[in-house]
Amino acid sequence: MTEAAACGIDGVDTGLADPPLLVADGVTRWYGHRLGCRDVSFRLWPGEVLGIVGESGSGKTTLLDCLSGRLTPSDGTVTYRTAGGETVDIFSRPEAERRLLQRTEWGIVRQNPRDGLRMGVSAGANIGERLMAAGGRHYGRIRALAGEWLERVEIDHDRLDDRPTTFSGGMQQRLQIARNLVTHPRLVFMDEPTGSLDVSVQARLLDLLRGLVARFGLAAVIVTHDLAVARLLAHRLMVMQQGAVVESGLTDQVLDDPQHPYTQLLVSSVLQA
Amino acid sequence: MAEAATPVLDGYNFAYLDEQTKRMIRRALLKAIAVPGYQVPFASREMPLPFGWGTGGIQVTASIIGRDDTLKVIDQGADDTTNAVSIRRFFARTAGVATTTRTPEATVIQTRHRIPETPLAAGQIIVYQVPIPEPLRWLEARETETRRMHGLADYGVMHVKLYEDIAQHGRIATGYDYPVQVAGRYIMAPSPIPKFDNPKMDRSPALQLFGAGREKRIYAIPPHTPVKSLDFEDHPFAVERWTRRCGLCGAGDSYLDEVVLDDAGGRMFVCSDTDYCAGRRADGHTGEDAGE
Repeated sequence: MTEAAACGIDGVDTGLADPPLLVADGVTRWYGHRLGCRDVSFRLWPGEVLGIVGESGSGKTTLLDCLSGRLTPSDGTVTYRTAGGETVDIFSRPEAERRLLQRTEWGIVRQNPRDGLRMGVSAGANIGERLMAAGGRHYGRIRALAGEWLERVEIDHDRLDDRPTTFSGGMQQRLQIARNLVTHPRLVFMDEPTGSLDVSVQARLLDLLRGLVARFGLAAVIVTHDLAVARLLAHRLMVMQQGAVVESGLTDQVLDDPQHPYTQLLVSSVLQA
Repeated sequence: MAEAATPVLDGYNFAYLDEQTKRMIRRALLKAIAVPGYQVPFASREMPLPFGWGTGGIQVTASIIGRDDTLKVIDQGADDTTNAVSIRRFFARTAGVATTTRTPEATVIQTRHRIPETPLAAGQIIVYQVPIPEPLRWLEARETETRRMHGLADYGVMHVKLYEDIAQHGRIATGYDYPVQVAGRYIMAPSPIPKFDNPKMDRSPALQLFGAGREKRIYAIPPHTPVKSLDFEDHPFAVERWTRRCGLCGAGDSYLDEVVLDDAGGRMFVCSDTDYCAGRRADGHTGEDAGE
C-alpha cells in the first residue's frame, strides 16, 4: 500500500468512506527468468487518476496489462469493485466475465492506435462497436451517439464514415479514446496516450483527456514516460524501476521533492523549457 | 424422374470413402448436431476433385448415404450444371444409389449456393458445401481469437459489419452468406446461399449438415432449430424481391436468375431452382417468355 493511500490523501474529493475501485496486491509477473514487474500493490479510488512513470523497460506496460486483465500475473491479486458494488478478483473469474468487464466498465487505450482500432471499418463503426457488443441493436441511435462522441473528441462530424486509415496519428488516438469512452466506463487504462504525437497535438489531447476525466468522473491508470504528462493528468504517481515501485505519492510531492535516487535522476534529467 | 442405374465401379468401398474415415466424420457430425452451429474440426481427406469444388459436402454425403437413399445434387439451384452432374454421377458409380432431380423424392440433397424452393420435409437431409465456415473471418483473421470469441459468445463485431454496410450503402448490402445465429447461441455462416434462402433454414423439419473440406470443419442445424438472421431494430432483415416473374413458369415467389439473351439488351428472368421451374411448367403454369 502506498503512503498516500494509507493516509487517504488522494488529491481529489473522493470521500474516504468509499471503498477502493481497484486494488492491486503484490502483483508480480515473470517472463520465464526475466522479470516483468515485482510485488506492486496500490489502491485506486473512484475518480482518481494514477500515473505510472519510469524508463523504458521498467515494467510499466506489463503492470498495466496485468491490471487490465490481459496478462495473468505470476503472483498477486487484482480486485475490482463493479458498478453493482460487488468486489471481484479479476483472475479467479472466468474469461467471459473478464471480457464483459473490459468492454463495459473498462476502457483500454493502447499506445499504438492501430492496436486499439479496427482499421478496416469506418470511424462510426469503431465507436459503435462497444455499444453493439453491449447489446445495442438500433442503428440510428448507435450512429447518433457515435457522431456525438466524434465531436466530443474534436473530430469533424463528416468524418464519421471515413476509415481510420485516412486519419492523422492524433486523430486516430482521439478516435481510440472516443471508442473507449462511449459506453461510459468507470475505469480507463491508458498506455502512453500521447506517445508518438507532436507537442502541439499532445497538448490538445491532454486538454481533452483532462476535460473528459473531470466531466465523467473517470478513474484512470495512465502509463507514461513523460513526466509533464504525468504532472498534468495524474493525482498520484508511482515511479517504477527494474520492475519494482521505488517511490509513490501525490504527483506534485513526488516531482517537487523526490526521495529516491532514481526519481531524483528522472526529475533532474527533464529539460526545463 | 430417377435416372437409369449407372454400373457401380469395382475396387472402391461403398461411397468411395473407407469405413474408418466415415466413422470419423460421423463422430464429427454427431457432435455438430449436438451443439447446433458449432464448428467441429475433422480430418478432411483428399478427394478426387479440387478443394473448392465441394470436397466437404462430398465427404459428409459419403458418410451418411445408405444403399436405400435417393440423392439429389444441385449447384446454384440447377441440377444440370457440371458440378452437380459430376457429383451425382460420382455417387451413382461409387455407391450405386438412386439419384433424382425431384426435391420431394430425394432423401439426401447436396447443395451449393441454394436451398430448394420446395419446402424440405422431415426425414430429408440437406448437405451444404462450404468454402469459408468462419463467419468472423473477415473481421478477425486469427483462428485462435475467433474460436475464443465463439466460446465466449463475444459477438459484438458481427454487428460492426452490418453497421458498416448501412453506413456505406444505406442498407444491409450483404446478399449472400448472410450471418445467422443458431438456437440463440452460435453465430454461423450459412455458406454462400443468397439471403433469400435464410428464412428456409429457420425451424426446418429437415436435418441440415455443412461440410468445409479445405477448412476442415463440419457444423449442423438439427431439425426444428430456430435460425435467426442478424439485423438492427431499425434495419430489419429482409430478403430480395423482384419486380418480374419467372419467364418460363411465371413463378413470383422463387429466386430469379437474370439471363442475358443477346447483345441488344435482351434479357429474361428465370427460376434458379430448375426442378421447381420444371415442376410448375409440368403443372401447366407458363411465363411470358415460355413460347420462345
